Amino acid sequence: MKDEKKRRRKRGHWTKNDTELSILALPTTVWYVLFCFLPMFGLIGAFKNYKLFQGKGFFYNLLHSEWAGFSNFEFMVKSRDLFIILRNTILYNLVFIVLGMFLSVSLAVMISLIYSKRKAKVYQTLMFFPYFMSWVVAAYFVDAFLNVENGMINSMIRDGGGQAVQWYMTPGVWPFILVFMYLWKNTGYSMVIYLSSIAGIDQTLYEAAVMDGANKRQQVFNITLPCLKNVIVMMFILNVGKVFYSDFGLFYQTSQGAKGSIFNATATIDTWVFNAIQSSTPMGMTLAVTLFQSVACCITILLANALVRKVDSDSAII
Amino acid sequence: MARVKDGQMADSLVRLNRIKPQTNVIFNILFAVFALISIIPVFFVFMISISSEDAIRMNGYRFWPEAFSAEAYTFLLREAEAILRALGISVLVSVVGTILGLFLTSTMGYVISRSNYKLNGFMTMVVFIPMIFNGGMMSSYVINTQFLHLGDTVWALILPLCVSSFNVVICKTFFKTNIPDSIIESAQIDGAGQLKIFARIALPLSKPMLATIALFLCFGYWNDWFQSTLYINNNALLSLQAFLNRIQSSLEVLANNPALGVSIQQYINSMPQEGARMAMAIIIIVPIACSYPFFQKYFISGLTVGAVKG
Repeated sequence: MKDEKKRRRKRGHWTKNDTELSILALPTTVWYVLFCFLPMFGLIGAFKNYKLFQGKGFFYNLLHSEWAGFSNFEFMVKSRDLFIILRNTILYNLVFIVLGMFLSVSLAVMISLIYSKRKAKVYQTLMFFPYFMSWVVAAYFVDAFLNVENGMINSMIRDGGGQAVQWYMTPGVWPFILVFMYLWKNTGYSMVIYLSSIAGIDQTLYEAAVMDGANKRQQVFNITLPCLKNVIVMMFILNVGKVFYSDFGLFYQTSQGAKGSIFNATATIDTWVFNAIQSSTPMGMTLAVTLFQSVACCITILLANALVRKVDSDSAII
Repeated sequence: MARVKDGQMADSLVRLNRIKPQTNVIFNILFAVFALISIIPVFFVFMISISSEDAIRMNGYRFWPEAFSAEAYTFLLREAEAILRALGISVLVSVVGTILGLFLTSTMGYVISRSNYKLNGFMTMVVFIPMIFNGGMMSSYVINTQFLHLGDTVWALILPLCVSSFNVVICKTFFKTNIPDSIIESAQIDGAGQLKIFARIALPLSKPMLATIALFLCFGYWNDWFQSTLYINNNALLSLQAFLNRIQSSLEVLANNPALGVSIQQYINSMPQEGARMAMAIIIIVPIACSYPFFQKYFISGLTVGAVKG
């Protein structure tokens, strides 16, 4: 990397080549400035009391608003909501990572052992399907089962002589529903990733193992899983890096708004911010929460990346 | 054993080295169950969409309704204007977004793949920093509405989604490994500029990669509803997904507002009913379900490139 830089510097001055490449890069650079870097700059609003000046643009307002120091953050730390959304975001992510990984790795190994490759392909195609549904559509699926008046589960309870349950107001069941829906939508997808690594394993390893008298179970535990180790570790670390983010659609759509009596069970940082945008929460406070989220994400991603580099330096993103 | 030919031996080795037949049966049953769980909601929603409204009112949603009816679909046909407009928005956003995104992604990917470019380090930073740190939902929302004034325009659905650093990196890796410097140098000796090289050499050589990225983009746009919930109030600009989202929430509002009295009944009657909502969901699922078996292969190849090269 350093050598490359030195070489570049040695090569001297700006050429027509560089001009042409700059022209090619210009539109995308403008896009990055407008949609990535300006929002980063906008985060200084977290330290301001945002005020509207008559007839002025957003940045004029932002720069001329009073500094508020850390008062926006103080409010955030004091509110009970922050604790709940932070706990939910992290805990759900951890459960998703552990269960998702266990399920998709074991299913990938199992599907690779099925005799008929054609059947395996059919199963895989069907299981990948939910990934292509948007969360809006998935929310309709959930509603078809859980709807208070018409939902299938309540109809079955009524047929059995029981009392219908207000599922969208019962916090206790939501952790299970959300975990189930996450697995329903994403297992097929991550199974595909592991399956393609399994397909890449050198077949001669298995042949040698058979010669040594290993049975299939021993082959799985001593060849397949060790060969998958790098991918598993990498997926694990990459997911841990995103532990402060939540899949907005999952939490917002399936729970139909993540508020009211199931707020404690379903709200995450992202649903809270979204609801804050829709309501009249002061901008500075909402920005403070997102700034906290972005910084936390940045730190976890960098840590995760450092770990990836230890495992497999080619896979590190930085 | 010694007399068996090589091919047959390999074959018998495979036959010897596999799970027990009972285990195979168990695995097959297990996967059949999983596959069923994956698609049964679609079937269920379809059955609801062809149930008669009375049967739903009597028995709730059933896998096998007592009475079938196409009233949901005829209702949607009557409302065809709104649905066709939403479909038009979805198609417009997907097509324009994919083309624009493909252009922005491939140019940037190409530029940062050229190691002798003077600003290479800077441009790479421009692409990488957003992967690590971002302004977040609130800040983007404020900038897009108050500074760029994208609220209630179709651009709010297109622009924020058209570039992702992840795609740019896939592009860069592909160009770097598949288009050797020697080809570019020889083209330059023949007098071609970078713009020409990009359009005439780099792009034609990377059709498979471009197809994969186009697929990612197109799929992202088609399934997007989030941008609409944030930026769109004008009902004429709702995409299909946003339309579906909207009819769910407004039915909720009706059901939770008994104070409105008599007008509720009239209102409900004029709104899409139970079956119609589900029929709407089916209309959105069908194009994906039909095209999905064909594009699955490209999608998987893109995913695995992404997973390996990060």
